[in-house]
Amino acid sequence: MRILLVDDEEELVSTLAERLAIRGINADWVTSGEEALKQVENEHYDLAVLDIKIPRISGVSLKKKIQAKHPGMKFIFMTGHGSEDDFKAGSKETGPEFYLVKPVDITTLIDKINVALNIRGDVL
Amino acid sequence: MSIFSRLKPKFLIYKQTAGEQAKYLVNFPRLWKSTILLTAGVALVPLIFITMVDYNVTQQAIEAECLLRTSRIVSNTRRTISFFLTERRASLDFIVYDNELEQLNNPERLAAILKNLKKGFGGFVDLGIIDSTGRQSNYVGPYKLKDKDYRGQKWYKQVVDRNVYISEVFLGYRKAPHQVIAVKHDLPNGSFFVLRASLDIEPLRNLLSRLEVGGSGDAFIINHGGILQTPSRDHGRILEKTSMPIPAFSSKTEVMEEKSINGEDLLIGYRYIEETPFILIIVKKKSDLIKSWQDTRLKLIIFLAVSIILIVAVILHTATYMVNKIYIADEKRVAALHHAEYANKMASIGRLASGVAHEINNPLAIINEKAGLIKDLFIFKGTYSHDDKLIGLVDSVLSSVKRCGRITRRLLNFARHMDVSIESIKLEEIVHDVLGFLEKEAEYRSIVVSVKVKDIPEFGTDRGKLQQVLLNIMNNAFAAMDDGGHLDIMAVCENNSLVSISIADDGQGIPEAERKHIFEPFFSTKTGQGGTGLGLSITYGLVQELGGDISVWSETDEGTRFTITLPLHINEKGRAKA
Repeated sequence: MRILLVDDEEELVSTLAERLAIRGINADWVTSGEEALKQVENEHYDLAVLDIKIPRISGVSLKKKIQAKHPGMKFIFMTGHGSEDDFKAGSKETGPEFYLVKPVDITTLIDKINVALNIRGDVL
Repeated sequence: MSIFSRLKPKFLIYKQTAGEQAKYLVNFPRLWKSTILLTAGVALVPLIFITMVDYNVTQQAIEAECLLRTSRIVSNTRRTISFFLTERRASLDFIVYDNELEQLNNPERLAAILKNLKKGFGGFVDLGIIDSTGRQSNYVGPYKLKDKDYRGQKWYKQVVDRNVYISEVFLGYRKAPHQVIAVKHDLPNGSFFVLRASLDIEPLRNLLSRLEVGGSGDAFIINHGGILQTPSRDHGRILEKTSMPIPAFSSKTEVMEEKSINGEDLLIGYRYIEETPFILIIVKKKSDLIKSWQDTRLKLIIFLAVSIILIVAVILHTATYMVNKIYIADEKRVAALHHAEYANKMASIGRLASGVAHEINNPLAIINEKAGLIKDLFIFKGTYSHDDKLIGLVDSVLSSVKRCGRITRRLLNFARHMDVSIESIKLEEIVHDVLGFLEKEAEYRSIVVSVKVKDIPEFGTDRGKLQQVLLNIMNNAFAAMDDGGHLDIMAVCENNSLVSISIADDGQGIPEAERKHIFEPFFSTKTGQGGTGLGLSITYGLVQELGGDISVWSETDEGTRFTITLPLHINEKGRAKA
């Protein structure tokens, strides 16, 4: 499986990708919506982890754009901000169980990825 | 507590302390007083003025009426007496014109005339004819007076001078009060004779006694020397000198005011009767005359007093009622203002909290990932996988990050629910959320917190408001408890329609006098210690907004228990309130 991580905090997203890689999960990362759209054109991904607030585009509309082209893709939202509106918009798209608040525990994230992709058993 | 202080309206009790910022728009005691004074002034001054004017006018009218009445009765009586005397004199005149001197000198003829006079007029005692030498040439009557010589007597001279004489009343040697009337008749030969008649004063006395002069009135006649000519009731006996001063001469009827010996006010009417030595006097007690006035005056005074009492009572009641209404409105305004301020403050705190949480969350997430990566590297690369100390250090960083994460999440949760929104909540979760804010303090002060919130179904309510309510009450409980106290939080379901949450502490309790005031705005026992006196009033308001109810049980030195009852199924009313 391949995963795309989108977050404007490079430090965070790169580290997260590395940690997932250690656990055998193939994860690419980008720091903007534009890069993300470009990336999904070129590569195939099973799932994307999106920050709900990224510059110039919201996580929710980014998800809609990607999903339009790749209907089979799954999404998980990750946010540092817990505003009511974000929560409502985000959880409506993915269901509240795929709406995570930072800092996210790596095992929680992997659990959610497995659930989203319907993978049974431990990948770790 | 006295009755007055019970009745005393609340706005009169409130006193602004020095230095305190004015709480109300209006100085209520002053407003109250000025309203009462102004209204009372406007209502009472014209009333009192009109009543006083009416009093004076009526009094003057009645006094004038008294004088007039007295004057009228004196005039009428004078006319009667004058007529009485003139009539008798005219009868004598008729006799001398109708009879020759010879006839009159005939005793039988004179006796017949006397008899006729007695029959016709009454009161005649005797008749005598006195010739020009002053000798009584003929006499009929009960005494032997024939040939009596009157030449030197004063009355005789007077009748010769003036043709008529009317005497005062005197006893004479008959020892009975009587009066004499004499007329002179000139004869053709230049000589003259005098017809003299003695009159009993009984008819005159009857005349006066028949006068209606009132119960204590007195009517009598005196001569110019003050000797009583007819008996008087209060001013001496007949032919004695009267006790009252002789009134000054006047040709008209006069009325004067005097004081009696007893100090009573008297109205004295008098009249000098022309061609007689008589002064008619009628004395009346002023108090009898103005009795009707005194009745009127009493009614007037009672009317005034009752009116004043009624007006003042109505003014007092109305002013108190109105000012109280304004006071209540102003109090509500102040409370609403404070509520708004408080809500505003809470919203600001919420925004601040969410901002801080957000700003901290991102770097926190980075620390989390970096530390996680370090650990991953240690474990997966195997380099330091056996160095327990390094692994321990990384774990400690990770657990600290986790703790920070919990705090920021709680702050975000709290801030997220500042606005009104009904959502399905788990009570246990909320209780623990709120306790999270207090757990450090509980730990430091060794306060034992027990939570028994099991088997409560999820129910719809406003998360933020419920959090605020619980936080306020728990904060109060913490403030009331000494170190080592116990806080018990329990929740039970009632009838599947209500959830009842009780928060009990074993703190100092609330004194009975304060208990009924604790939900009132601005009631605070922490004044001067930063208490606004709003915490519980806002709590009360919030519970109401949630469609619930809050009650308190407390005993001094035993503790306090707040019980909040919330509906499990929030109805439209509750929602509308919220």
